[in-house]
Amino acid sequence: MRNFKSISRGFFIHATLIAVSLLSIFPFLWLMSTAMKGSTENIFQYPPVFFPEHLTWENFKGVWHQIPFMLYFLNSMIVAGFTVLLNLILSALAAYPLARMDFRGKKTVFYATLATIMIPFQAIMLPVYLIVLKLHMVDSVSSVMGYIGLILPFAVNAFGIFLMRQAFLAIPKEMEEAAFVDGCNVFQIWWKVLLPMVKPTLAVLAIFTFIGSWGEFLWPSIVLTKKALYTLPVGVNDLQGMFSANWRFIAAGSIIATIPILVFFIAMQKYFISGENDGAVKG
Amino acid sequence: MYKYYKKYVPYLFLLPAAVILILFFFIPFFETIVLSFFDYNSNIYQPVFVSLDNYITLLKSPVFYKVLWNTFIYLIVAVPFLVVFPLIIAIMINQKIKGITLYKILIYLPVIVSIVVAAIAFKWLYAQQGILNYFMALFHIPAISWLTDPNVALYSVIIVTIWKGIGYYMMIYLSALMGVPKDLYEACDIDGANPVTKHLTVTLPHLMPTIGLVTMISSISAMKVFVEIYVMTKGGPLDASKTIVYYIYERAFENLDLGIASAASVLLLLIVLVLSIINFSCFENKQYQL
Repeated sequence: MRNFKSISRGFFIHATLIAVSLLSIFPFLWLMSTAMKGSTENIFQYPPVFFPEHLTWENFKGVWHQIPFMLYFLNSMIVAGFTVLLNLILSALAAYPLARMDFRGKKTVFYATLATIMIPFQAIMLPVYLIVLKLHMVDSVSSVMGYIGLILPFAVNAFGIFLMRQAFLAIPKEMEEAAFVDGCNVFQIWWKVLLPMVKPTLAVLAIFTFIGSWGEFLWPSIVLTKKALYTLPVGVNDLQGMFSANWRFIAAGSIIATIPILVFFIAMQKYFISGENDGAVKG
Repeated sequence: MYKYYKKYVPYLFLLPAAVILILFFFIPFFETIVLSFFDYNSNIYQPVFVSLDNYITLLKSPVFYKVLWNTFIYLIVAVPFLVVFPLIIAIMINQKIKGITLYKILIYLPVIVSIVVAAIAFKWLYAQQGILNYFMALFHIPAISWLTDPNVALYSVIIVTIWKGIGYYMMIYLSALMGVPKDLYEACDIDGANPVTKHLTVTLPHLMPTIGLVTMISSISAMKVFVEIYVMTKGGPLDASKTIVYYIYERAFENLDLGIASAASVLLLLIVLVLSIINFSCFENKQYQL
C-alpha cells in the first residue's frame, strides 16, 4: 500500500513537471515549427500541423540575408561586454571601503547606495535620457558616443556593490594585514589579495549582469536612432515592422536572435540552476 | 584593526561608482520631481512653472485612471500566480526524483530568453487563427481575440509576464528550500503525516520570509512592466492594456509631454518606494545591513 502510494505520487509529480516544462518551451517550439515551414504550407492551417510537411531552412536564409544579425550580435556583445566589465570593476572598487574601511560619511554613502535600489529606472528614464543627450552620448554624434550612452547609465548599480561587499566581508582581516606587512599598498591589496578571493562572486555578478544587459530593450529603444547600433532585442522587435505579416520570417529571425543566449545559458547552466545564488536576487 | 590606508583612500575607491550613481540615479531622481512642476506642452523649449497643475491634470484624466486601474489589475493577478505556482513547482522539484536538472533548465528557459522574443512568440500563439484558438475550439470554446478584445488584452499580456517569471521565482524558492532542516521531514514521516500536511506544517512556516520576498519582488516588477505591452499591444486596444510605465513612455517620448510624464513618474516612484520600504523592513536579508 505504502509503495503504491509513493509510486503514484512520483507519477503525479513527474506528470506535473513534464506539463510545466512543456508549457515553458512550447511557445518557442511553435515558433520553431513555423520558421521551418515551407512557403507552400499554410501556417494558419486547421488543425495546426506541428511537424512541417516541407521542412526547410529557407526562412532562416531569407531573414539572414535581409537583417544584419551579425552586426546586431556584435553590438550586443560590445554593450554587454563593457557593461559587465564596468560593473565588476566599479562594484568591487566601491565595495572594498564599504566592507573594510572606516571613513567619515560611511553611513551616508551606505544608505544613499541602498536608496538607489528603490528608484526604478522606468521612473527616471526621461531625465536620464536628457542627461545623456546633454553629454552628447548618442549615436547621432558618433558610434562610440552611441555605445557609451548605451553602457554608462548601467555601469554600476547597488545590487552589484552590495553583492561584492558581502563577499569582501567574508574574507579574514589577517589577509590584508599580512599583505600590508609584505609591502603591498592599498591598491595592491585590493587587486592582488582580495579580488582573487572573491572570484566566484565576481563570476555570479558577471553572468547576471550579462543576462540583464543582453536582454535590455527599453533603454536602447529610447536612445538609438541608427540601425547601425541596434542590439539584438531592438533588431528582433524591428522584425515585426519589416515583415508585418510574414510570420515565417519573424519566427525564423526570433529563433536566430535567441541562439547566442541559449548557448550561453547551456554553457553556464550551473550558475543559474544550482540554487545557491541568493545574493543575485534582484528587485 | 591597524589602519593601513591614508584618509582619502576610501573616497578614491568610491569615486567611480559615485559618479555613475549621482549622474544616472540621483540627479535624474531630483530632476523627475522638478520636471513634474513644469508645463512643456505649449513650448518644449520654454517650460512654464505650473506647480501642481500636472498632477491635477493627471488626476482629472480618465485615461490615467484607466492606466492606474490596469496597473493594479496587473499587480493583483500576476503576483498571486508568481508567488504560488513557483512554490509548488519548487517543492516538487526538491523531492529526490530523476531528471531534476532537465526540469530546472526547461522551466528556467523563459527567464533567459529575451522578453522581446517571448512576446513575439506569444503574439503568434495568440493570433486569431492561431494555435491557442485551435485548442480552445477543441473544448468548444469560441475563438478569443486575445490581443484585440479590450476585455481580454490585458490578461493576455499578464499571462506572458507570469510565464516568464515562474522559473526565476522557482529558483529563489529552491535555494530557500535547501535551508529547511531535513530532520523535521523525517519526524513527519515517522508520524505518518501525508505529503500535503507535511508541507503545510514544515515547509510553509520555514518559507514565510521567502514568500514575503517573492511577493515584494514580483509586485515591484509588475509595477515596472513595459516590454510585453510595447511588443504585443502598444497599450491598446482603447488603452485596455496600458500600464503606468507604458503611459510614461508614451507621454515622454511620443507626445514629448515631459511635465505630465514626470508627474506620472513621481507617482510610480512613490508606489515603488512604499513597496520597497515594506520589503526592506520585513523581509530583506543581512546583505543590506551596515
